[in-house]
Amino acid sequence: MEAGTRLTVNGAGLTVNAVPETMLLDVLRGELGLKAARFGCGEGLCGACRVLVDGHPVASCNTPLWSVAGRAVTTPEGLGTADAPHPVQAALIAEQAAQCGYCISGIVVSAAALLARSPDPDDAAIRAALDPNLCRCGAHNRILRAVRRAAAMRDRAA
Amino acid sequence: MSAEAVLPLGLRVTPQLDRWLSIAPEGHVTLSPGKVEIGQGILTALAQICADELDIAIERVRLRPADTAASPNEGVTSGSLSVSDCGLSVRLAAAQTRGLLLAEAARLLSVPQEALSVEDGAITGPGNLATSYWELADKVSLARPADPAVQPKAPGARTLTGRPVPRIDLAGKVFGTRPFIHDLDEPGMVHGRVLRPLRPGATLESLDEAALAGLDGLIALVRDGSFLGLVCESEVQAEAGLARLATAARWAGGFPLPDQHDLSPWLQGEPAEASIVDLREGAAPSPGTRRLVRRYLKPYLAHASIGPSCAIATWAEDGLRVLTHSQGIFNLRADLALVFGLPEDGIVVGHAEGAGCYGHNGADDAALDAALLARAVPGRPVRLRWSRADELARSPFGAAMAIEIAAEVGEDGRIAGWSHEIWSNGYVARPGRAGSPALLASFDLEKPFPLYISQDPPLAGGGGAQRNAVPLYDFPAWRIAKNRLLTMPLRTSSMRALGAFGNVFAIESMMDEIAHEQGEDPLAFRLRHLSDERARTVLERAAANADWGGAVAEGRGRGLAFARYKNTGAYCAVVAEIDLAAEPRATQLWIAVDVGEAINPDGVANQIEGGAVQATSWTLKEEVAFTREEVTSASWESYPILRFGEVPEVTVEIVPRLDLPPLGAGECAQGPTAAALANAVHAALGVRVRQMPITRDRIIAAME
Ligand code: FES
Ligand code: FES
Repeated sequence: MEAGTRLTVNGAGLTVNAVPETMLLDVLRGELGLKAARFGCGEGLCGACRVLVDGHPVASCNTPLWSVAGRAVTTPEGLGTADAPHPVQAALIAEQAAQCGYCISGIVVSAAALLARSPDPDDAAIRAALDPNLCRCGAHNRILRAVRRAAAMRDRAA
Repeated sequence: MSAEAVLPLGLRVTPQLDRWLSIAPEGHVTLSPGKVEIGQGILTALAQICADELDIAIERVRLRPADTAASPNEGVTSGSLSVSDCGLSVRLAAAQTRGLLLAEAARLLSVPQEALSVEDGAITGPGNLATSYWELADKVSLARPADPAVQPKAPGARTLTGRPVPRIDLAGKVFGTRPFIHDLDEPGMVHGRVLRPLRPGATLESLDEAALAGLDGLIALVRDGSFLGLVCESEVQAEAGLARLATAARWAGGFPLPDQHDLSPWLQGEPAEASIVDLREGAAPSPGTRRLVRRYLKPYLAHASIGPSCAIATWAEDGLRVLTHSQGIFNLRADLALVFGLPEDGIVVGHAEGAGCYGHNGADDAALDAALLARAVPGRPVRLRWSRADELARSPFGAAMAIEIAAEVGEDGRIAGWSHEIWSNGYVARPGRAGSPALLASFDLEKPFPLYISQDPPLAGGGGAQRNAVPLYDFPAWRIAKNRLLTMPLRTSSMRALGAFGNVFAIESMMDEIAHEQGEDPLAFRLRHLSDERARTVLERAAANADWGGAVAEGRGRGLAFARYKNTGAYCAVVAEIDLAAEPRATQLWIAVDVGEAINPDGVANQIEGGAVQATSWTLKEEVAFTREEVTSASWESYPILRFGEVPEVTVEIVPRLDLPPLGAGECAQGPTAAALANAVHAALGVRVRQMPITRDRIIAAME
């Protein structure tokens, strides 16, 4: 029996029992019951499964568990809640920036990572940061507006 | 007029008020619509209407997820009909309920009903008289039929509808707390996967079952003819099992596929059912009339939802229960009953939200897959999820269309005659429409059902491939014809806007060609053929917003297009600007729409904009790829869609029409966007691309 893999998820240290080759997305959605990161393609091509690993956005669908041993994983649940929303989440709601919403949690992750490293991004930087995220419903422009709004909100808060 | 004739469709089918809503003494109203949320915001629009008629806060409205056991049968959520069908039913049911509650209050308080007023469900009258909906909830029975004579509020008295209201489902999606069907856990749930061949129609020749030996968590291997799947304790195990199955299965045969790069001759050569869509007889062309003939092509398109299709099924002692993100739960139930030889009341189909695309993706097929797997493990819920490859390559496609338009242009530059002919597979293969199922796995069973060849409803029912083939222009004569293919090597079914996308692309490209050919401004040329005031208005608004005729940046071009969706729905005009420095990139769309009464204007804008962005993706990037043997566009690399870096800016103007019936907004921008982009390419380069997608290669080919 494996000793398990230690990592931090949304600020809490824990040990995961899945075999180390298991993909992080399966661990999050399965053993850990964190369902906001979503399966879209399993190939790192759509962004629906994005989470932060030590602050960097990665596709959890093709990130094996062993590669995040000892690291800090943040899922969309860890970024904010209805009571304490992340500025990106608050802005997405303010802009009503989704249709079916399947893509949106991965977009929250990409945008949060962008604003953490670049508080006042220009339009090209926002588009580049979100380029790994696909949306079929055409909610893009509202999402772009929301990220601009989130940046402005953070500005004011700072 | 008979009394029934004035009830909205939903209430005609399900007249009992208590099937639509109920009042809870705890202080809320439960609304039970048969239409489902597919990302279009219907639940919010219905809650708005309900709260408005009842004079309650929108927060008091709870939406009951649709299921076939209790919800009104409202058919399929499609065709932009949700607000007009369901919304008007909810409006009338709520208005009648309000009247019943007030009548009861008046009786109990012994005052005339007119003396009472309502605020957020609290009823007050002269002096200190007071009661509330919640107190009266148990005293008023809603087990009674809808009354067509009930008068809903006058438009001016509505306080919620017509105003932007935040989507009731959106925050939960942003926080990841509102579950999609993929996230639901049921007690004892196990996980299924299905293996499909790459070649449509291939049969399972052999299976080396030894390949599954020792697979952790395997509960059942399910094989029924060429349907092949497995059930495991966990999703990870099921995925591992699927990979093993893929190496163990040998497939044979299958349908020969057409040449992807030369679709028109194939479409025009297949056996087909020919029909006349519409005929307008006019005078014979006068001498001096010129004749122009042009051919257009729309490729096969994939629905390409971001989340693969998913379903949960349980075979219990009392029958089959299925959770699905299908757009038509009753229709799905009908097909499941056919496949399993069960009575419909032995099956309950419930709705749970899935990933959107606004068309008939794999949702229904996945539901049958899950039911077939669940039959092997009675009593245990099975969640089945498709692979990305199956979602892109095995969901029904939007049909390829070849369209030929011939126009007779008189010496006065007016169109004197018009013919439009379509060669296409049908656009509708949704379940529940025929005596034979339309679900993918049903064709692969040991005792297979015949391949269901997609159909086209008549124009009066919205049409299929012929949707929007009849021009809205004042042409004196036309002949509109359609050839529906009777073979279907690539399975097709309803994609957002159905044939309207291809037909409007063709008509509006042709209008542009004729205008340019005679040196006329395309806007003026259209207006000269258009007497419908609402049509003229959207064209003029879109043109004004885009400063039509003004300067355009170097290397860019602007095009214009218009349609009235289904010729009876929303009016939409689009001006598109395209940049041709590298791959064609849409930079901006100016859209003007008239959707009649806009229940939630922000929701309408969201739908129009989303539709236009999706149509931009279809027009500039998308095409199902295949060899003669298999569909090869099975990943996001081989089926790219528009990305954040490529999305145009979009402005939407909604022409206010509070006094006119709502027309639905979801699909009206698809066709005009395509043609406006094609016309923009011509404006920039003088080159006509008559085949989508409009890529750099296609532009170069068209130059030669
Ligand atoms: S599911 Fe991970 S990128 Fe698509
Ligand atoms: S909102 Fe549906 S995929 Fe983005």
